[in-house]
Amino acid sequence: MILIGENLNVIVKKIGTAMREKDPGPIQEMAIAETRAGMDYLDINLGPARKGGGELMEWIVKTVQEVVDTPLSLDTINAEAIEGGLRVYKNKQGKAVINSIMARSESMEAKFPLAQEYDAGVVALLWGPSGLPRDANERGVLAAELMQKAMEFGIPNEDIWIDPIITPITSPQSQVQVPGCIEFMKMFKDLQEIAPGIRSTCGLSNVSNGAPNHLRPILNQTYLIMIERYGMSSAIIDAFDEEIKIFARGKRENLTKLIYRVMDKDQIDLKSLSKEEADYVKTTKILMGQILYSDSWLEM
Amino acid sequence: MPFEIPRITYTGTIKKVTLGKGPKAVTIGGETSYPLYLFEGEMPHPPRIAMEVYDAPPEDWPETVLEPFRDVVHDPVAWAKKCIEPFGAELIALQLVSTDPNGLNRTAEEAAETAKKVAASIDVPLIIWGSGNADKDGDVLRKVAEVCDGMNLIIGPIVEGNYKQVGAGAIGYGHTVIASSPIDINLAKQLNILLGNLGIPDSRIIVDPTTGGLGYGIEYTYSVMERDRMAALTQQDERLQFPIICNMAKEVWKTKEAKASDEEAPDLGNPQKRGVLMEAVTAVILLLAGADILVMRHPEAIQLVREMISDFMAK
Repeated sequence: MILIGENLNVIVKKIGTAMREKDPGPIQEMAIAETRAGMDYLDINLGPARKGGGELMEWIVKTVQEVVDTPLSLDTINAEAIEGGLRVYKNKQGKAVINSIMARSESMEAKFPLAQEYDAGVVALLWGPSGLPRDANERGVLAAELMQKAMEFGIPNEDIWIDPIITPITSPQSQVQVPGCIEFMKMFKDLQEIAPGIRSTCGLSNVSNGAPNHLRPILNQTYLIMIERYGMSSAIIDAFDEEIKIFARGKRENLTKLIYRVMDKDQIDLKSLSKEEADYVKTTKILMGQILYSDSWLEM
Repeated sequence: MPFEIPRITYTGTIKKVTLGKGPKAVTIGGETSYPLYLFEGEMPHPPRIAMEVYDAPPEDWPETVLEPFRDVVHDPVAWAKKCIEPFGAELIALQLVSTDPNGLNRTAEEAAETAKKVAASIDVPLIIWGSGNADKDGDVLRKVAEVCDGMNLIIGPIVEGNYKQVGAGAIGYGHTVIASSPIDINLAKQLNILLGNLGIPDSRIIVDPTTGGLGYGIEYTYSVMERDRMAALTQQDERLQFPIICNMAKEVWKTKEAKASDEEAPDLGNPQKRGVLMEAVTAVILLLAGADILVMRHPEAIQLVREMISDFMAK
């Protein structure tokens, strides 16, 4: 799995301050640390960056590329800021990625031309004219629309990263979307046949947003295994979360097999399992929508 | 090929809860299918209606619904008795609105005395409903539990912020609790888990999903109750298999449509009938969603819903 470091983010206090004060030190240190931590891409999240976004992104891209060759994902809604970054970006170990383009005309019209002009990848975010899609089919429609548009602009398949939008398991309105997103990933396998080489990405940790902090890792880890099964090819993560990296590198084979069995609705006797295994089984059932979420799900 | 009517496969049963004691005790729950799906399962105990009594004279009730109670609004005991005879109430719900810290702010001791007096003078099960202020309810309901030791009351709303305090009182003095959550299925489940961990037996828990009135968010309540019954009956979600109570009358009668006079709203139809019908329709919607107890107010609305329940339950 391709890993995208999330730590160069304006909401990280030290980084936000450095961005505002144009202080290269903390930004370069973070870029080096994320790269050493094994990140394949670095996401640079400016937030909305309404004022002076272009100039700011330009400065950050230059600053980061002075010290690392890792490809960058330029993360802001502001098209001008994206362009500022792309203009100075040097392709050393891979293209820059525009994060993201939504399935809405104003977003597509502003950003696809930039991808074409600067030969950049795009995160195709499945967010449509009426917001978050309600199920896998609506996700499929938005994906088709974005792929069609990307083709018109001559963006090659391998430069398209579909982001199905992961939603929190913790709230009633969004939790039905958690299995819905997995359903979409099954469709994504078909999309890969139509458009060979197409990639996918996700904001993994959103699945556990709102859960007690100490319980977030097991939700993130389990969901990662579940969506990777159907072709999720990358995830944006905390570069320094050692545990999630172990899962992303496929090193928990036994747990992976167990999670697949739950997904396939095998009957599993919890008593035959270790505490750790049982916890992953319960978590998979929660994320499949087989059991309703509550903060105490591991104690049931 | 003969046509086969599709059937839902149920894997769970709603727990039975007995409210009150003696010959007038009421049992609810026990459903083995979706609400009123008598063609797919059983509903051994019909839904019941609890009639409201307030612990202080209501200030904002429209004339239509004040009229039947005008002679008793100053006396909760007389009010409760009038609900039972002539209005035929099978349960009473005493609303302790006067304890609200933003209102009369009466003390826990005063409220507990009122509760005790009402409980001692009636033989049907008594529901005690706090003001909804979690902190104050913690004190008030705890005190009620203690003062009414052994009277088998049903007390609530218990929320995550006061469940330990009130729950402990309910265990110690033998009452049933109403676990209340803000139109949120996950929080409902979580609170039921916490109450179980605290040591409250399953036979003493009923659930309040929080109710909206007709036209004021009832669809959200409906969805949460529907999801709750799906998880309980088809997904073996053991911590959701509890009977449901809907404290609905106050939601209906606070709306402008229920309150407005003929002069204020000439287009809305006869004000005598309007509020009654809004209350009855709210009640029927909640029955369809899975309510086991409805807390209601107007005797005519109650009569309509009783007839409806008896039609629903006819074999």
